[in-house]
Amino acid sequence: MTVKQSITAKELGLVGCRTCEKVWPIGTPKCGRCGAKLISRDHKSLQRVWAWWFAGILAYIPANLYPMLITTTLFRNQEDTIIAGAIQLAAYGSWGVAIIILVASVVIPLGKFFAIAYLALSVGHKTTMTPFQRHVIFEVVEFIGRWSMIDVFVVAILSSLVQLSVVASINPGIAALAFALSVIFTMLSAKAFDSRLIWDKVFEDEKEAKKETQAAT
Amino acid sequence: MKREHLTEDKIEDLIACPKCDAVYDVGYVDKGDRARCDVCHYPLISRRRDAGLLIIAMSSAAFVLVIAALFLPFIKIQRLGFQNETTILDAALAFSDGPMILLSLATVGLIVGLPALRLGLTIYTITPIVFDRKPWPGAHRAFWLSENLKPWSMIEIFVIGTAVALVKLTDLARVELGPAFWMFAVLVILVIVKDTFTCRWSVWRALEQ
Repeated sequence: MTVKQSITAKELGLVGCRTCEKVWPIGTPKCGRCGAKLISRDHKSLQRVWAWWFAGILAYIPANLYPMLITTTLFRNQEDTIIAGAIQLAAYGSWGVAIIILVASVVIPLGKFFAIAYLALSVGHKTTMTPFQRHVIFEVVEFIGRWSMIDVFVVAILSSLVQLSVVASINPGIAALAFALSVIFTMLSAKAFDSRLIWDKVFEDEKEAKKETQAAT
Repeated sequence: MKREHLTEDKIEDLIACPKCDAVYDVGYVDKGDRARCDVCHYPLISRRRDAGLLIIAMSSAAFVLVIAALFLPFIKIQRLGFQNETTILDAALAFSDGPMILLSLATVGLIVGLPALRLGLTIYTITPIVFDRKPWPGAHRAFWLSENLKPWSMIEIFVIGTAVALVKLTDLARVELGPAFWMFAVLVILVIVKDTFTCRWSVWRALEQ
């Protein structure tokens, strides 16, 4: 496998399929191998990124304001939001689980909102971060975003399991739905981002640098 | 490489990194060869010797496990003489009031439906390739779907979620793990290994021929 140093399909007048990697002449509407739509640079993708991003943030607000778990024991009825639930776990001494919940439902979602916004805003601009660093951020966002669903699954398991008549019962609160929607929307937002946009500026810079060295010799 | 040198058959051997659009000329690829994108380090090719049969075997085993785990006890709890037992389907269907039913449907999809569908699609795509037959009708579509559904299959997250739930429960009640829990734990490993053994580039090339 030989490397064509930093030459993009776009520069060669070609378009690469994002599903199966096959290369076609630019302007080909559909990949003849896997049937995926071919787009050289999906500039419209940013619109979709922002649309899902706002939907994600909108869903994230009620997810934190309303109860996630409703626990009914013999003598009391307790409604916990995500953060209150984690604090309570920590108070009982389960620090490990409290940290998992806080990371999965607060740190990761908020980090994702910032990261996606940064990536979308920095397209086409010079940044202090190298494209490779931005690319790593994108990969991390794509990889880790799904893990936020963990809290929804915990609620699902607890609510189906803890149904012990009068002794104790746990039921899901409306925040579980809002939170799940928020996770799904941000996953779609990250998926809509065309990561090739991160690299375009670099390839242009490298090409210019090459021209200059050629001119000098 | 210059633009004017590109003829139809030259394009045949080229691939573009789906993440950063860097172009590579793929010549002869031997069994066991691997390649990552030089620019963004995305894995482009990861051929493994005789991976095909292994993928079919693991996908089939995993498929049986998903279906069987649905009907077996998942977790059981006891407290003050009261007890309750749940299956994975019960857990997924825990959200049943009004709009929460949507969440139940999504959960069933994420932890049972989509993982099972992906396994089925993999078996459907890979089997004819491994036995040197013509791809079955719609194999392209099947593999495309299976690749795109990857992030939406969340069994590993569900298993970790179960572990978290267990820690929460140990204060409240006595907990017993049922066979379905262990089946799901094995399932997670099978699916991860199966996915790392699948070389997208090889499958697409095989589907083309």
